[in-house]
Amino acid sequence: MDNSRANLLEEAVGISKGGRVVVVEDCVETSGAFVLHHFLKRSLYPDTSDVVIFIAFAHPFSHYERILRKMGCNLTVHRKTHRFVFLDMLTLECPDRNGKETRQDGLLALYGEIEKAVEIYSSLEGSRTITIMIDDISLIEVAANGLSNHVLDFLHYCYTLKAKYGCSFVTLNHEDIYSSANTLPLILQPEYLADVIIKAEPLATGLASDVHGQLTVLNKGSVCDLGDSSSKVRNFHFRVKENIVDYFYPGTQT
Amino acid sequence: MAETICRALRDGAFEGEHAPALTIKDTIDTPLGSFVFNHILTQLTANILAGKSQARGVVLVALSRPPSFYAELLKDKGFDVSSSSKWLRVLDCYSDPLGWKNKLMERGTVRNPYEETLLKTSLCKNLKELDKVLSSIIELGKEIVEEGKGRFAVAIDSVSEVLRHSSLPSVARILSHLRSHDQVSCIFCLLHVDLHEAKVAATLEYLSTMHADVEPIVQRTNGQRNTSEDLPMVEQSFKIGKFHVRFKRRNGRVRVMREELYVEGSGIKITEVSSEDGFTAQSLVPKVQFNLDLSEKERLDRAKVVLPFEHQGTGKPIQIYDGRKSLNESENEEKQASVEKLQTTEDSGRGEIIYFRDSDDEMPDSDEDPDDDLDI
Repeated sequence: MDNSRANLLEEAVGISKGGRVVVVEDCVETSGAFVLHHFLKRSLYPDTSDVVIFIAFAHPFSHYERILRKMGCNLTVHRKTHRFVFLDMLTLECPDRNGKETRQDGLLALYGEIEKAVEIYSSLEGSRTITIMIDDISLIEVAANGLSNHVLDFLHYCYTLKAKYGCSFVTLNHEDIYSSANTLPLILQPEYLADVIIKAEPLATGLASDVHGQLTVLNKGSVCDLGDSSSKVRNFHFRVKENIVDYFYPGTQT
Repeated sequence: MAETICRALRDGAFEGEHAPALTIKDTIDTPLGSFVFNHILTQLTANILAGKSQARGVVLVALSRPPSFYAELLKDKGFDVSSSSKWLRVLDCYSDPLGWKNKLMERGTVRNPYEETLLKTSLCKNLKELDKVLSSIIELGKEIVEEGKGRFAVAIDSVSEVLRHSSLPSVARILSHLRSHDQVSCIFCLLHVDLHEAKVAATLEYLSTMHADVEPIVQRTNGQRNTSEDLPMVEQSFKIGKFHVRFKRRNGRVRVMREELYVEGSGIKITEVSSEDGFTAQSLVPKVQFNLDLSEKERLDRAKVVLPFEHQGTGKPIQIYDGRKSLNESENEEKQASVEKLQTTEDSGRGEIIYFRDSDDEMPDSDEDPDDDLDI
């Protein structure tokens, strides 16, 4: 039963055909981190040889390890078998003192690390999708001292890897912190480039004990497919449990 | 009019005039601008290959999509990509706009970061130096037309990307340079309006002779980005949009045209607005079991119904007493009064209330309490 419910999200996102950009947006009331964990777990299924490059600005490795272990996925083992690359960016700082160059250099070095890893893994034998995950974009902005253009440059470079290596992207961003005209591009630009946008919002009717929020999935990718009759926009509720998340359509939960 | 746009771009610049320029604008509510861009690019390419257009080739400045995307697109539309070097040059500003990859390659971090495509591309490694970008666009154009007086078209797939790296005046300068260049036949570019201030869109509109706006069929009233409440509308906005085109004539006359735009497969279809209101209403009203509309017969029947308290002035002018003497009435007043008296006596069975005002002092609907002076 749990399995079929988890598919609601998978169904809405659709089957991945190589490189794809997924943008997860959440807000203060409803965290979207569980969607990120879901994608992380899915990419590390034992029956594939897909690789995840995880760029963590928000939490240390132990945090993700604990959560994923409860979901039945051992990150330490995957890290040892080189299927999970964890880039700890908690301490990444692009100091302001030395001016503009240094700030850009921090992100340039990070991009270098990502591209190096991608190059190594894609040169290995066998077909695998490399998924790059970023948690989260707003903290890159913090690291870049609030220069959203640098963050967008960095993201642009990351997206260029999609064309050459067929990488997938999953990024998390907070929607409600961008309101002024100067920072709005940081949320809009990734949306323009995204294939799938997933929004985690609280219920419009307020809080409920057995429903933790709603997910809206906008699947732009399938719009391009001919004869695809499935709905392109889906909305459903979710409930985050200890080691699994229930997805269900409004009113179907008993 | 998509066809009119394509025709204008095909015909190119007139002698002694700037090249025609088209700005395609969209917002995140209907992000279909890139579809329009691709549509126009393929139309223009078809015209070039058929020898119908003034331009002999296209210089495509790729900023938001990799050159491989365009190779794929042209292949899909049935163009021979392998011989594209005769009519297409791509200035690749997508792969390495800031020279990061180049730097990493020099440092030895990565080996070969650049993608290979079938198209003939030229790499731009510093988008911040717009003058160099301009000169490479013109150089690439001259490569296509070789020598002589031939002209080429310029396509910029996202001005928004350029604007992130450079200021608005410098971008405007480049665009007007290109327009006035005597070998440029036409320019078209895409702009995501909501990424910039309002003045950016206005500036680009001044610089162009045509603008194509892609707008949502139904504007969101509150400007909220909350999608969960209007799902059908959001879903629709990825497939259908309003397509507004404004042409500026040489003499300053502006012509506006409206069309509708549908996403079909990997391309788009642009059609005349058939029945705008009906369409919107149909798509907005949820599908219900009962009828919300009237049929033609029902509409006629409803018009015939006589309401019980409606004045049925059969041919005569309807007079409603408002408590005052109107001007034309006062002339006939005396005559009427006597006639009415006669009538009342004759038709006493009809039941009628005849009211004569006592005097003009009495206000029709006085707020004053008539028993105000009573002392009980």
